[in-house]
Amino acid sequence: MAQKTEPMAKIQMAGVTKSFGDKHVLRGVDLSVAPEESLAIIGTSGCGKSVTLKCLLGLLQADGGSITVDGHELIGASRADIEAMRQRFGMTFQFGALFDSLPIWENVTFRLRQREHISRNQARDHAAETITQLGLAAHVIDQYPAELSGGMQKRVALARAIADKPEVLLFDEPTSGLDPITGGVIDRLIIDSVRRLGATAVTISHDMSSVRRIADKVAMVHNGVIIWCGPASKMDHSGIPEVDQFVHGHADGPLTIAAKAEAKAG
Amino acid sequence: MIGFLQNIGQTSLAFLAAIGRLSLFTGAAVRWTFMPPYYWRQLLRQIIDIGYYSLPVVGLTTLFSGMVLALQSYTGFARFSAEDTVATVVVLSVTRELGPVLAGLMVAGRIGASMAAEIGTMRVTDQIDALDTLSTRPMQYLVAPRIVAGTICLPFLVLVGDLIGVFGGYLVGVFRLGFNPAIYLSRTLEYLEMSDVTLGLIKAAVFGFLIALMGCYHGYHSGRGAEGVGRATTNAVVSSSILILISNYLVTALFFG
Repeated sequence: MAQKTEPMAKIQMAGVTKSFGDKHVLRGVDLSVAPEESLAIIGTSGCGKSVTLKCLLGLLQADGGSITVDGHELIGASRADIEAMRQRFGMTFQFGALFDSLPIWENVTFRLRQREHISRNQARDHAAETITQLGLAAHVIDQYPAELSGGMQKRVALARAIADKPEVLLFDEPTSGLDPITGGVIDRLIIDSVRRLGATAVTISHDMSSVRRIADKVAMVHNGVIIWCGPASKMDHSGIPEVDQFVHGHADGPLTIAAKAEAKAG
Repeated sequence: MIGFLQNIGQTSLAFLAAIGRLSLFTGAAVRWTFMPPYYWRQLLRQIIDIGYYSLPVVGLTTLFSGMVLALQSYTGFARFSAEDTVATVVVLSVTRELGPVLAGLMVAGRIGASMAAEIGTMRVTDQIDALDTLSTRPMQYLVAPRIVAGTICLPFLVLVGDLIGVFGGYLVGVFRLGFNPAIYLSRTLEYLEMSDVTLGLIKAAVFGFLIALMGCYHGYHSGRGAEGVGRATTNAVVSSSILILISNYLVTALFFG
């Protein structure tokens, strides 16, 4: 946890590999995210986006390569070092992953209470303040996740991720399962939160309108490698057939052919 | 023939891998149980769930087991004029054997299943990964409190179950079989030794540990989707029930004599 690399990059992934048995999910992922930059990772289902994010968080141990955060190497780092690093991260999961057995205020201030041992009243006040910033009524803090709609759960998940002002925010499919209007609202809240915190953001998404709104930079994963990475504004003119097909949502193209080939092989 | 041998080999390897995973999980669970931070609220919640809410089912089971034991032993012992040993047989059977085993099996069905389902659901909905990202070790937050609660609550449940089971025998002995209440009570206490009760409580602690361990293990390693959680729940109940019966013999053999 001491090697220093590229001081400009907040997050640097180089040649990251990960396999599950015979299945090589990541075959050498290279990524760089600058401080306060918002990166979106796109790609077809099963291409390795979520595995990339889990390796970055240390939830999965990468088989090879290098992952650094502020120059500190994570692959091979001790559990204590990885846990210390995670405290600087906030993450929202695809389906919220809110704790069913806890009311909203405890969900939102979960890490804060574990780490800083704040009182119950302080935690409730902080939760109310955080969720009102995200457009929810303060009384929601006493409800349970199952009592909220999908959009409200996404807001609570975002509140939990930003509650203790992390340096890096990770979003796994933040708008999946939401109608376009609610999805747009969530995108705006993500943009506002990232800007307000001055955080670096990495988002996984299939939703191209969401990617266009929230990302400064876009990387496309295909067959376990990054096949294109560049500014979001240049995404439409990448010159790479797979990227063009994915970005424009065409049914026919190289990705379909690959999927058919996989299906045949399977 | 080669296919047959291949199947045996694959099954053996899978079995050994499962034993290895379970051993690692047990080691980690025990280690994290003794390391701070301690989640007292989680522990209290589990104690209430396991200890308090299991009382009715354990009480009913042991009550009727004590009652039927009195009837059956009377029927058998009457054949060689040993009816006056019914009270002693009931108390020794309940404290040494029936109380712990029946309470263990009942709690395995109730608590083992609920632990596997709860933790399994947390696994498939990414709540366990979320705990990790929120700087909380799932083994400490989810597994350790359940194992501690299981280990300390089962002896308490068995103690209550023993009293209720013996009381069931007393009811049948006095009101159905016509024993003198004072004589029945004195026969109950006459041959009962402290070691009979403590053996039952030691068994109960072992069963409680195993039930919680199996519930947590199968939930923690639950497969994806509703089917995965369902299978984890079934596996938790079946494996803890089998382990209860195996460990029952081992603990009895250890203290035999």
